Amino acid sequence: MLDTLHDSAAALLNFEMMSRYGWRLVDGIWITTQVVTLSVTLGFLIAFLVCRARMSRNRMLSGAAISYITFFRGTPLLCQLYLVYYGAGEIRPLLTNLGVWWLFREAFVCCVFAFSLNTAAYQAEIMRGALSSVPKGQVEAAAALGLSQFRISRHVIWPQAFIVALRPFGNELIAMIKSSALAAIVTLLDLMGETRFIFARTFDFLIYVYAAIIYLVIVEIIRRVWGLIERSCSRHLIVATGETQSRGQDEGRICRAGRHGLSHGGAPQGQRA
Amino acid sequence: MNWFSLLFGSEGWGSLLLEGAVVTILLAVTTVPFGFGAGLALAVLKLSPSRVVRGLCEAFTTFFRGTPDLLSLFIVYYGLQALIDRVSKLIGLSSPIELNAFVAGVIALSVVAAAYSSEVWVSALKAVPKGQHEAAHSLGLDAKRTFLFILMPQLVRIALPGLGNIWMVLLKDTSLISTLAVIDLLRAASEASKNTTRPILFYSAAAAIYLVFSILSGVLQSRLERRANRGFA
Repeated sequence: MLDTLHDSAAALLNFEMMSRYGWRLVDGIWITTQVVTLSVTLGFLIAFLVCRARMSRNRMLSGAAISYITFFRGTPLLCQLYLVYYGAGEIRPLLTNLGVWWLFREAFVCCVFAFSLNTAAYQAEIMRGALSSVPKGQVEAAAALGLSQFRISRHVIWPQAFIVALRPFGNELIAMIKSSALAAIVTLLDLMGETRFIFARTFDFLIYVYAAIIYLVIVEIIRRVWGLIERSCSRHLIVATGETQSRGQDEGRICRAGRHGLSHGGAPQGQRA
Repeated sequence: MNWFSLLFGSEGWGSLLLEGAVVTILLAVTTVPFGFGAGLALAVLKLSPSRVVRGLCEAFTTFFRGTPDLLSLFIVYYGLQALIDRVSKLIGLSSPIELNAFVAGVIALSVVAAAYSSEVWVSALKAVPKGQHEAAHSLGLDAKRTFLFILMPQLVRIALPGLGNIWMVLLKDTSLISTLAVIDLLRAASEASKNTTRPILFYSAAAAIYLVFSILSGVLQSRLERRANRGFA
């Protein structure tokens, strides 16, 4: 009885595979973490510039920003990744002259490069939505109080925009974690890459399910942590109406389905492929 | 060769790209009825009184929304093939049935689209007032007619923005199918660039075609929304 139980458990969990290849998954998680952290951070910095350009009065600047955003949100991430990864090989002489070929030789760098540019387009729209959600009267009131331009940004606009942007940013982080799996296609051994490697060795379909569960756990942890951050940032708003909290959760469910409930400006903010 | 003849010349790769583009559109369009339909069914089940049914449906949605789309596609694709192999062995077929890659792609995409769209449908279902049901009932309409003529038109209006976003995701998700055995737009671009060593040209061309599809979808979506919202302030 105990033997058959053990046997079926062994078939279901495949202990042998995990003891041989388990550490590869851990390495993969580490690479995925690096790729996502770097891409989202760099993407944030680029998004800041793109957002400034997008909201500027200069027609040329805002037009360029709109084209950037439309391109990166309107084409598949995989296509962008191929463009960077294989395109870098094509313009190798140029990159060598510029002294950056050693960077673009690495699949890791190509992935971070493509992912940063892509997430920057999404983050720029989130920022714009959040910034334009701050009522104009706030800025006027601050100006009337004699606050400097910098202080108006720092103490009046950004704190309010931050709360509005928080949830869409969380969704974007989660979307980035999920799309980082594409890195495996250009030979990077991230979580997805290691999973494919193990599958090629063992032909055990189960490894894909394991990988899916790992991604699921990561995403779920981030969602929970984000919920806590959001609650602590908007605690002064929750007290006002008792039902805010439950409504907020409900909105969150809609948001995760790809419709960023808090976005403004009406531009579609779907996740990317 | 210059880029123009590579794309549009008689020996050019333009026709392969166009065929790929047609496959991409076909993949996305074929997925819509299955994916959105299954999503609606899932949404109805999520509002069912049975706790077990609700739990199962929530688990399905959480699983496919929390994992990368690429991984979901692999799981459905290989899982389906494994299932077919096992069934055909069970009923004693000598030659194994090979799953058509296009069909497998549509099924895999449908599963992902169903998981995403079910959330949109749920919020739409919740937004239709209960009185509508009661009114239809008191008019003597049966369940089928209530659904078709009373619920559905209101659901679509509310769900349209969300479904539009999922369509955009779906359109771009079809590119993941290129890693399986379907020659879609991205795969066609890959083939062309491998044979000519001009990846920048062909991936840019593919990106341009995707961009046209996205922009057209956006225009179509806002038209549909305007149409669905006529009569509303």
